[in-house]
Amino acid sequence: MRYLFRPPASDGAGLLSLPWEQPLEEWDPAVLLEVPQRGISRHVVRFTAQSGRVYALKEIAEPLARHEYALLGQFEEEGLPAVSVLGICVDRPHGQDAILVTRYLEYSMSYRYLFSRPTGEHSADQLLDTLVVLLVRLHLAGVFWGDCSLSNTLFRLDAGTLAAYLVDAETVERHQRLTPGQRRYDVDLARERVGAELLDLQFGELLPPDIDPVDVADSLPPRYEALWEEVTREEVFARDEQRYRVAERLDRLNDLGFDVGEVELVTTADGAKLRVDTRVAEPGQNRRELFRLTGLEVQERQARRLLNDIRAFRAWLEQKTGGPVAETVASYRWLAEVYRPVVDAIPAELAGRLAPAEVFHEVLEHRWFLSEKAGRDVGTSKAARSYFETVLPRTPKEMTTPSAFVSGRD
Amino acid sequence: MASIEMRNIVKQYGDGFPAVNDVSLDIADGEFMILVGPSGCGKSTLLRMIVGLEDITSGDMVIGGKRVNDLAPRDRNLSMVFQNYALYPHMTVYENIAFPLRLSKTPDDEIRRRVTEASDVLELKDHLERKPANLSGGQRQRVAMGRAIVRQAEAFLFDEPLSNLDAKLRGQMRTEISRLQRRLGITTVYVTHDQTEAMTLGDRVCVLRKGKIQQVASPRELYEQPVNLFVAGFIGSPPMNFLPAAPEGNRLNTPFGTIELDERRAAKVAGHELLLVGIRPEYFEDASLVDEAKRPLGSIFRARVDVTEWLGDSQYAYIPYEAPEAIRNQLRDLSRELDAEELRTQAIVSIDATSRIREGREAEFWLDSRKVHVFDPQSGDNLTRDAEAGARLTQMAEEDRVEQVGEAQAGGHTVTGGGGGGASRAGAA
Repeated sequence: MRYLFRPPASDGAGLLSLPWEQPLEEWDPAVLLEVPQRGISRHVVRFTAQSGRVYALKEIAEPLARHEYALLGQFEEEGLPAVSVLGICVDRPHGQDAILVTRYLEYSMSYRYLFSRPTGEHSADQLLDTLVVLLVRLHLAGVFWGDCSLSNTLFRLDAGTLAAYLVDAETVERHQRLTPGQRRYDVDLARERVGAELLDLQFGELLPPDIDPVDVADSLPPRYEALWEEVTREEVFARDEQRYRVAERLDRLNDLGFDVGEVELVTTADGAKLRVDTRVAEPGQNRRELFRLTGLEVQERQARRLLNDIRAFRAWLEQKTGGPVAETVASYRWLAEVYRPVVDAIPAELAGRLAPAEVFHEVLEHRWFLSEKAGRDVGTSKAARSYFETVLPRTPKEMTTPSAFVSGRD
Repeated sequence: MASIEMRNIVKQYGDGFPAVNDVSLDIADGEFMILVGPSGCGKSTLLRMIVGLEDITSGDMVIGGKRVNDLAPRDRNLSMVFQNYALYPHMTVYENIAFPLRLSKTPDDEIRRRVTEASDVLELKDHLERKPANLSGGQRQRVAMGRAIVRQAEAFLFDEPLSNLDAKLRGQMRTEISRLQRRLGITTVYVTHDQTEAMTLGDRVCVLRKGKIQQVASPRELYEQPVNLFVAGFIGSPPMNFLPAAPEGNRLNTPFGTIELDERRAAKVAGHELLLVGIRPEYFEDASLVDEAKRPLGSIFRARVDVTEWLGDSQYAYIPYEAPEAIRNQLRDLSRELDAEELRTQAIVSIDATSRIREGREAEFWLDSRKVHVFDPQSGDNLTRDAEAGARLTQMAEEDRVEQVGEAQAGGHTVTGGGGGGASRAGAA
């Protein structure tokens, strides 16, 4: 047998002792982890934990495993929203298929879970828009998915909104750029898969009665076309509106969650023609900035929220001390005096239901809500206590990320 | 259902490389056409141009009499079969087949009619109310085919559908696909790199090399009357043996002795100095086991056997031979191009399973000289190809097809088209 692991290899070293020579279906449940939120898969998929981290194992034909391994690696380097791949095990005895190992996307949710919730905090509209953003992002990068579906997507909360990640790259083809036919085909396929997945939930009596699978599925292609048009269209405008129109377009793209790599303005007799080169990677400016200042790794919107809190904290410090406070100092003190105390105070029985940064974001929301009601600022610690007592317990237990129940187990 | 006509199709990529180079191909309504060739030959690109995934640089793609170059994939109404099908656990087999129709808001009675008919053809009738979790691997694949059937597409397209299945399921599915295609009489285009799949499935096989069509013919014509060295080497397993040959009157001098040619073939090879003679493994036999009546139809030679391989019902002997360097290089290039590993200065010879010929010894072999072909090593052309005999073989295959489709459909398993389109699925002939 042979194992190919992407660095850091130490991550996967603990996995080597698993019974790779046996069919995945026959593995001893003791080495596996039951993960409640699962999509539909054509293959045998199992989960396992090592040193507090959770991994997904998928048994597939070797050429497909190698293909997926290479692609997921590329996606990660390019910052495309996809699960992170650890490695593959090939040349297993008796001509068995290969096993692909990916890192479990912590704090992620499947569509089955999201759509089945009685009172949707996240509407079908929102979910579909999130999926469409993912598809557009992949298409911009020349990625033909070939199997875009809700099952092959995982959703993660990012400061109250959802972000989508590609989970299955088995059928993906990478091109310089996609032809309109490839994009349309991918969208048609997505429409059909989404429709079938929702019909399936309906047959299983897991779908709220107000959601019509056919209508939801039919709304996917127009949503996609609208977003694609928005991020790729060329605009022509009069020269005197140039500044204002460029800024407007960039703002709009940022609002949609896209970064702009390059702006090209061509002046013609009719005015200026604007072409924007929309970046395919997830926007990461805030994320990188927060990491630089605090070492925290969070998602983009969460980072924006946290940075805003750091700025507010710094202003408060400066006011209190009557002099300037360096950004790094303010960030360090914020981490120690504001962020950590909140995260450390998460009651053990509620740990792992939401990512720490998402908890902090919700505490800030809760603080705003309490302060509005009280007519004064109630402060973060009080808001946190109230939040842990009244709000966080409402997040269902099944949302607990698997690594939370394995940490400390091995 | 529809015919598919390609006229001078070219696919050129940004760097100017022609992945498909001036391909013209007519696929008849109801025909099973295979596109085959080694990797990089353009077969998948061609299929993608039929589907609408790749833009066509120049030429016309005509489906059912309509030019579709600028139509979106969906508007071409073709069905890519079992590409990454998913089975939905809460839905019955019936619903798993029906859902494409539900999504297009087809009336319930029409859905029932089409699903019932498709499940008859697929022999899934007794499973319709079950959940897919209880189905076997083959039955799951048939559910995927059912989805394609109920859509009433103009044609079925397959892109290496079996390449990731295990050997057993692959064999099963090959049979299923072939049976299904006959019963439905639906135009089918099937891409594969596997010549065995090509030979067993297709009515006609289109062999491609570097974006160009080499030959389009029935499997038997490809096997017996290949147009050139490439096709001769690609079709057949174990592959055809190529030996250096020097013509001398009506004879060819080869490392395996002298081979006599009939006048027609002798005339065609006259004037050449160095040639390649192509001999399929089964044209050889252990000389001691050849009928007296048959013996004069071939030639006898002695050679040392390197290895024998006994397979129970058959036996192969490997006989090394000498070849000039130019020929060796050319054979090496050919095997490289065919994705084959062996260097072909070793003949693979089929002998009777009862033969006592042993490894490391000299033995006497008989060679059926009636069926050998002679190739020009420079151009690769088959100098002795009998085009008329070849055409007869393909004509016979066409007659068989029409007859089989007729029989399958008389059996009452045909899915008839419904609705306003009124397209009949029966009219294959």
